[in-house]
Amino acid sequence: MKALCWHGRNDVRIDNVPDPKILNPRDAIIKVTATAICGSDLHLYNAFIPTLMEGDILGHEFMGEVVELGSAVKNLQKGDRVVVPFTIACGNCFFCQKTMWSLCDNSNPNAGMAEKMYGFTPSGLFGFSHLLGGYAGGQAEYVRVPFADVGPYKVPEGLRDDQVLFLTDIFPTGYQAAENCNIQPGDTVAVWGCGPVGQFAIRSAYMLGAERVIAVDRYPERLQMAQQFGGAEIINYEQVDVGDTLKEMTGGRGPDSCIDAVGMEAHGFSLDNIYDKGMQMARIGTDRPHVLRQAIMSCRKGGTVSIPGVYGGLLNMLPIGAAHAKSLTFKMGQTHVHRYLPRLMDSIEMGQIDPSMIITHRVPLADAPAAYAMFKSKTDDCVKVVMTP
Amino acid sequence: MSDTLINPEKRQLAGTAEHSTRIETPKPAASGESRGTNVGNMERLLSVASGSTLALYGLSRRSVGGIALAAIGGALLHRGATGHCSVYSSLKVNTADHANSAETSGIHVEKAITIGKSPGEVYKFWHNLTNLPRFMDHLIAVTATGPKTSHWVAKGPTGKEVSWDAEIIVDEPNSRIAWRSMEGSDIENAGSVRFVQAPGGRGCEVHVTLQYYPPGGVIGATIAKLFGEEPSQQITDDLRRLKRLLETGEIPTIDGQSHG
Ligand SMILES: NC(=O)c1ccc[n+]([C@@H]2O[C@H](COP(=O)([O-])OP(=O)(O)OC[C@H]3O[C@@H](n4cnc5c(N)ncnc54)[C@H](O)[C@@H]3O)[C@@H](O)[C@H]2O)c1
Ligand SMILES: [Zn+2]
Ligand SMILES: [Zn+2]
Repeated sequence: MKALCWHGRNDVRIDNVPDPKILNPRDAIIKVTATAICGSDLHLYNAFIPTLMEGDILGHEFMGEVVELGSAVKNLQKGDRVVVPFTIACGNCFFCQKTMWSLCDNSNPNAGMAEKMYGFTPSGLFGFSHLLGGYAGGQAEYVRVPFADVGPYKVPEGLRDDQVLFLTDIFPTGYQAAENCNIQPGDTVAVWGCGPVGQFAIRSAYMLGAERVIAVDRYPERLQMAQQFGGAEIINYEQVDVGDTLKEMTGGRGPDSCIDAVGMEAHGFSLDNIYDKGMQMARIGTDRPHVLRQAIMSCRKGGTVSIPGVYGGLLNMLPIGAAHAKSLTFKMGQTHVHRYLPRLMDSIEMGQIDPSMIITHRVPLADAPAAYAMFKSKTDDCVKVVMTP
Repeated sequence: MSDTLINPEKRQLAGTAEHSTRIETPKPAASGESRGTNVGNMERLLSVASGSTLALYGLSRRSVGGIALAAIGGALLHRGATGHCSVYSSLKVNTADHANSAETSGIHVEKAITIGKSPGEVYKFWHNLTNLPRFMDHLIAVTATGPKTSHWVAKGPTGKEVSWDAEIIVDEPNSRIAWRSMEGSDIENAGSVRFVQAPGGRGCEVHVTLQYYPPGGVIGATIAKLFGEEPSQQITDDLRRLKRLLETGEIPTIDGQSHG
């Protein structure tokens, strides 16, 4: 089959690789009908996530048709149309039972490696480095899906692929980011990053009762989308001081919660970020927490900083003093996709939201390498790329 | 300690302490460095972090300097991921000492894991010793030869099989099993496992102690390698396989597929 494979920094290619097969009783094989490129894939593309290997198949946002089933999968049938959570979860362990699916104890075959780096292992993920399992990803014609009796979720009749594809990751991710803010009546939520995750965080914050949402980015087309798709007020961080502006916009109180939907590769020309970037370029630093610092400083006292943006290693100069003095709450992590899938599928079916509105580019899988380059540089007003094998 | 293990009547095998890990593997007296892990945890973390990025950065620059960077990065990454730094050992550790000390102190590992099943269920699975090779990587087969006796076959490091007979010496239903090799075995070893109810419905804590106490000579060197370079990690992985088998009915794998 054809698949998008990682060959090094800024180097992905369409390769011919062996078709996947059933390896365990709870596996399924999915024939991919739609797959997307995620901001997380850019961290891999830019080689900021360790333990990638040449030839790794990327892609964790994908959906398709069930073509083969392991002997223990009883709830699916060949021909079913499903969306597949990017977090792989067994459904049996302590964490799955408590709906903390992205923390599944049993799905990462390379748990030992993750334990050395993080103390304990999170769940395995599709196409996301060997540290997190080494599972082949979904930017391919076929994917092997472990624990298929737990993850894949059937798509109701009448919904198109591009309406439901983002249930695999970014819609639930934005939703969890907002839910983590514990939004109260009258709350203002600030969202850094108007990429796909930021867009869904904005929409979700309103769904969960926010009074106001203020979005921060620098790309006009993304800020415009935050206004039109999300209904947010906007700040262009290249034109004003973000902290001062947020304070002023909230009557001097600061946002009740702050969402960092940017993660480890923050952009910016402030001193702290230039320092981080130097460390990163010299490969002695792992992450650039510029946005996280800003969120901590901007957040009102007793507020929540919610971090869907991915961090991988160690942070420098994080203002923990400010966080402590202001009694902030921190919430973060990979998304417990399974937890949100049913309710968000309902919201789409009921017409409350049409996630396909953020798609700016539709291309064949064969064009994936060019699409990665475009999404990375945000050229051609690219916000979200959907590919068909 | 090894004496205690071989004569478990004298003392509880797994001890009562709540720690989950202790390992005494080949220990050169002079340096105190073990062959398994000689890099501390925080240092490891830093190694993984900077090692991987160095490696990737180096590889992304196709110059001699770049390749050198990649090599340093690769070494750091290896050290971070395995906890073993060959620089440390080549500086301080004499390999000959290793083999010697392995023969005298043997392999002693204590590990714990929590499994989401009742102590009764886990006990029952373990009590059927023929199940052990399903999750213990170094074992090929265990067969029952009597109500309390069994024959064990393990993978030798050179691909040759090694085997011995063992007997169950403690059997407390739903709470403890201990076994040891029979008198006169080439490979003197003992093991104990305790099954403890975890609090708040968290299932069963499995506390395992294994002791391999090889004689000198060639066989001793064989046993020292029975668990590979890192016995502690191997037992951790074994217990994880047991947990996964019991909780999910299978063991997650990517062997046999293209990777990601
Ligand atoms: N937690 C999860 O489970 C999960 C799931 C999906 C994605 N993510 C992470 O979410 C993050 C965003 O993903 P995405 O798909 O939206 O990526 P994206 O690259 O499309 O968007 C990132 C946005 O952040 C903006 N940005 C950069 N620096 C900024 C700054 N200083 N201030 C404000 N905005 C800034 C960029 O202009 C861009 O619009 C990534 O880190 C990704 O890995 C996490
Ligand atoms: Zn993603
Ligand atoms: Zn689980």
